[in-house]
Amino acid sequence: MNFLLGAFKPACNISITFTDGKNRKQVPIKKDNGQIVMNPLFQSQETIAGKIHIDPYQGKKVEHNGVKVELLGQIEMYFDRGNFYDFTSLVRELDVPGEIYERKTYPFEFSSVEMPYETYNGVNVRLRYVLKVTVTRGYAGSIVEYQDFVVRNYVPPPPINNSIKMEVGIEDCLHIEFEYNKSKYHLKDVILGKIYFLLVRIKIKNMDLEIRRRESTGAGANTHVETETLAKFELMDGAPVRGESIPVRVFLTPYDLTPTHTNINNKFSVKYYLNLVLVDEEDRRYFKQQEITLYRLKEETS
Amino acid sequence: MLSSIRLRCSASYGLRSYHLTNMRAFDELRKLEIFFMEETRRGCSVIELYELVQHAGNILPRLYLLCTAGSVYIKTKEAPAKEILKDLVEMCRGIQHPLRGLFLRSYLAQISRDKLPDIGSEYEGDADTVTDAVEFVLLNFTEMNKLWVRMQHQGPARDKERREKERGELRDLVGKNLHVLSQLEGVDLDMYRDTVLPRVLEQIVNCRDEIAQYYLIDCIIQVFPDEYHLQTLDVLLGACPQLQPSVDIMTVLSRLMERLSNYAALNAEVLPYFLQVEAFSKLNNAIGKVIEAQEDMPILSAVTLYSSLLKFTLHVHPDRLDYADQVLGSCVKQLSGKGKINDTRATREIVSLLSAPLEKYNDVVIALKLTNYPLVVEYLDNETKRIMATVIIRSIMKNNTLITTAEKVEALLELIKGLINDLDEPQGLEVDEDDFEEEQNSVARLVHMLYNDDTEEMFKIISILKKHFLTGGPKRLKFTIPPLVVSTLKLIRRLPVEGDNPFGKEASVTATKIFQFLNQIIEALPNVPSPDLAFRLYLQCAEAANKCDEEPIAYEFFTQAYILYEEEISDSKAQVTALQLIIGTLQRMHVFGVENRDTLTHKATGYSAKLLKKPDQCRAVYACSHLFWLEDHETIQDGDRVLLCLKRALKIANSAQQMGSNGQGSAGSVTLFIEILNKYLYFYEKGIPQITVESVESLIQLIKNEESMPSDPYAESLFASTLQFMEFQKQKGGAIGDRYEEIKV
Repeated sequence: MNFLLGAFKPACNISITFTDGKNRKQVPIKKDNGQIVMNPLFQSQETIAGKIHIDPYQGKKVEHNGVKVELLGQIEMYFDRGNFYDFTSLVRELDVPGEIYERKTYPFEFSSVEMPYETYNGVNVRLRYVLKVTVTRGYAGSIVEYQDFVVRNYVPPPPINNSIKMEVGIEDCLHIEFEYNKSKYHLKDVILGKIYFLLVRIKIKNMDLEIRRRESTGAGANTHVETETLAKFELMDGAPVRGESIPVRVFLTPYDLTPTHTNINNKFSVKYYLNLVLVDEEDRRYFKQQEITLYRLKEETS
Repeated sequence: MLSSIRLRCSASYGLRSYHLTNMRAFDELRKLEIFFMEETRRGCSVIELYELVQHAGNILPRLYLLCTAGSVYIKTKEAPAKEILKDLVEMCRGIQHPLRGLFLRSYLAQISRDKLPDIGSEYEGDADTVTDAVEFVLLNFTEMNKLWVRMQHQGPARDKERREKERGELRDLVGKNLHVLSQLEGVDLDMYRDTVLPRVLEQIVNCRDEIAQYYLIDCIIQVFPDEYHLQTLDVLLGACPQLQPSVDIMTVLSRLMERLSNYAALNAEVLPYFLQVEAFSKLNNAIGKVIEAQEDMPILSAVTLYSSLLKFTLHVHPDRLDYADQVLGSCVKQLSGKGKINDTRATREIVSLLSAPLEKYNDVVIALKLTNYPLVVEYLDNETKRIMATVIIRSIMKNNTLITTAEKVEALLELIKGLINDLDEPQGLEVDEDDFEEEQNSVARLVHMLYNDDTEEMFKIISILKKHFLTGGPKRLKFTIPPLVVSTLKLIRRLPVEGDNPFGKEASVTATKIFQFLNQIIEALPNVPSPDLAFRLYLQCAEAANKCDEEPIAYEFFTQAYILYEEEISDSKAQVTALQLIIGTLQRMHVFGVENRDTLTHKATGYSAKLLKKPDQCRAVYACSHLFWLEDHETIQDGDRVLLCLKRALKIANSAQQMGSNGQGSAGSVTLFIEILNKYLYFYEKGIPQITVESVESLIQLIKNEESMPSDPYAESLFASTLQFMEFQKQKGGAIGDRYEEIKV
């Protein structure tokens, strides 16, 4: 549990526990300071319930103007750090103004919470869900305690999932046809496909398949796009000749991927691309990028 | 663990000595495989393992790991072997770098070798998994070959040689696949014919690479059983003309034929199959097509091909001479229009081609039946024709082949024309004298192998020989005429005596005719500088004529001999020898009438007296004495003339002695006396009245006187043995003994 340590010793210790905290799946989340912590995992429409303990220090009494717990869904832009945009905000009043002398426990429950977006930690943007407990005090400043939790939403397999098939080339130089078996992959999926060489006039050294994430934040003129390469997978070594067909089989499991997010609350989008890169002997790169949609499939085991 | 292996893998591939590092890597991978195996026993799911290794980002280590994991996967039998193998061989396409690809696939071949779902293998699946095994190996083979061929075209042109060398070192990696195929239990004849061979050939033909085509075709021929080749001959051969023109197809086909002929030789029971599949005509066609397809094929290759084909057919179909002839016919067709062959190696090959039937049948008669045989010979240069002819003759000699008909003789002579004739074009370099002699001697020997019991046929043979020999030019006649004459004389002796013909049939071959013929032959000789020879032959003929009671002919021969003696034989030593021959021959002649005989003997004595040296004269004269006394012929017993001769001999000996005593001594003349004494004794013994006891005694006395002078040991011993002989005769008693009794020494 979190402890708030500061110069000023807070008057009380607040801890939050979830009802099924022992059994609930924990997933690692990277915090701002690089630390990885385990947070409980929820999904949309779940009831988030638990208990909040307020434990005053050594017989100190805590005067307050009320205790409340909020469930917040926040988007934080890194260029605008500290300024949270709350897209979800639910409040439960736990106590009327009064004094707490000894450990006091408040049960809480947000039932069937609509949490449409997934937790996301990007380069320029972060989407998080948090429980915020506030002990409101008039003069001494409120005591606030946060508890992060993770939301992941599972979707059923898409009904239409066409393969990606395309012929590209540079005239009289290189013509290839590539095919990926689907356009939509779940996160533990395997990309299967093949690359067919129709014409090869350049001396190719190798061929890689990159998985790239494109995160765009902001809107209009302020749109900021950040692209990172999450995976670089070598498909071919050496120079093929005309008529060769190179198999593609890439397991997505080892990579840290998220589902595709489109226009989350008008704040940001995350898209994924497969980038086929051919490198010739003079290290020139020829590439073709294709968007794929990633989705989170309900795992059997969880 | 995985990453450490990966590191090791990727590190080692950077090194130059790729081959070595690969061996090391293979070792490491074997350890890894064992490790994987243990892991799965510990409960680690092999499927997960199989997936896990594919997470590796770098393709080369990934595929090595995949193959290793795949091997473990198959061993655990959690999935059908064929599926895994298929997956592996497909995934390996990712390596397009020739060298690395070859080694990866060779590793794949290595690990999969004992895991193919072959018949009887523990990995055999439910239905027809052999097909999958074959399919797998074929696919791997095809891909490896592609990579191997590709090596040729990568990199700068100046490194071509080095690259070809490298490829040569790598070829076994590719060929190993074919070997694996041949080892598969499931590859039976049907499978081989319907799947394996067409697929492999397709790949070979399509790769259009000289080195690969040559090596792989050869590989096919070597690794698969002969029986398969026999049954799929047309398919295999059909591919040959489609190969690159530069492929050394001749070696390949030669090896194939060699294998097949060995096969046939070792297993007599398979011969019917050869007939059944018409192996010969298929091979023949194929070779024709190959040669057609490769226009600028050097003549050497073509000839080598035919040579192998010929050897093949001789082994496999020894009874089908027409096949052999067909081969030669094709060869002729190929050679025609190319003129004489200048390439020495090609020439050598033709010689071996032509020698093959001789060696096989050990009978030149069979070779003579091959109508195209002489046509091939035509294309040789003169030098080689001669060599070839020698080979033929040697074969005849070795096997004592009798050649019995005129046509065959004609054909044979046509073949060895090189030895019999000066060939059309004058040769720049002279043939070595010894060689020439050797060759001509062999021709001479050959004459005696041409023989027929039937006189008519024999005469025909001889006529043919004559016709050819007479065109042979002066240098050869010296060698060729004598055997011919001898052979003819033999024939004469076999002729039935005239009038002794019980059937009254008109013999077409009469002695007269033959003698005329002989005369013609020998006449040719004086034109060349060998009168000696002609002279001797005339005498021989005369003798033969004598036997046949052909007086005019004998006389004619003698005349010829005399003319030769007078005109051509001028050397005194030769004269002596010649004269001895004349006398000897004449002595034996009984056919002559008195007149003729007188003429001849007179002439002979005349010659004797005209010899240059006294001792020679003496000896010739006393020899002449024999001409007048023939024991069995009453008509020729003229004691007076005998005595006359001996007396003249004595006279000459005397004068020789006188000349000798003036000069260097008389040792020689004593010998003469003793020799004359021997003659006296001879005639005395025969009982010629003119030879009296007194004359003998006086001669002995004379010799004894001479003996007192210093003399040579030869004369002494001669005299001693003469006396001894007399003593011996005395003791023998009887009529002769009595006669000797009378001589008092």
